[in-house]
Amino acid sequence: MSVQKREVLPVKTSNDVVLARQKVRQLAVELRFSLVDQTKLVTAASELARNALDHGKGGSMTVETLVNGSRSGLRMIFEDQGPGIPNIEDALKDGFTTGSGMGLGLGGSKRLVNEFSIESEVGKGTRITAVRWK
Amino acid sequence: MERIPVLRMGSLLLITIQVDMHDKLALQLQDDVTERISEWGSTGVLIDISSLEIVDSFIGRMLANIAGMSRVLGAETVVVGMQPAVAITLVELGMSLTGVRTALSVEAGMELLYGNAFFGSENERTEA
Repeated sequence: MSVQKREVLPVKTSNDVVLARQKVRQLAVELRFSLVDQTKLVTAASELARNALDHGKGGSMTVETLVNGSRSGLRMIFEDQGPGIPNIEDALKDGFTTGSGMGLGLGGSKRLVNEFSIESEVGKGTRITAVRWK
Repeated sequence: MERIPVLRMGSLLLITIQVDMHDKLALQLQDDVTERISEWGSTGVLIDISSLEIVDSFIGRMLANIAGMSRVLGAETVVVGMQPAVAITLVELGMSLTGVRTALSVEAGMELLYGNAFFGSENERTEA
């Protein structure tokens, strides 16, 4: 598997969430994802960027286009130096929220992609990786 | 300041969301809609989201909030024009917009809000 293209964007403000969505859309179009898949990727990006902003106090998004044999894919990595997630299993449950949201962000995003992982250390920060293959 | 226009159409409010939503814009819209309802005595709110390429839980929550606030003020909300890909994604995300009425087009939404009174009775329609 090789990474074809990598871009890093800040996720520090509400407007950065908009820019993150636009970047993911642009790369998903370049990779010729179907409209439904583009929509899923952009929605997942929006949820995860907002998660990094609201719960992680801001961070960054790294987006990569991948090639694995004849398959292409898009990987999004959201990193923040926020408080971390004490219980990842709970955080993935629908309806679980520590903020004012609906608690759909993490569990919902996981359903919109093919691969999803969370690495988090309390007090240090969180890294969420999501991949969707074409 | 950037703002989403709230148009008055008889006893209805028509809102077309065409820009990429962010927090401030969403909060401003909630303020504007509730103020216009109380100022104009509107009984219905039509929100056209046909230009929205995604609806995430943030926008979904905003739509549900507006519907809830409007209902308390005596106005029904109908969200119209959702793109098929958006509907698929929204349900997979875990959000089915419960409590928010939806219709395929602005016209269908108006029909829902006005009932048959606005478009004439069933009889008149068959004759036409």
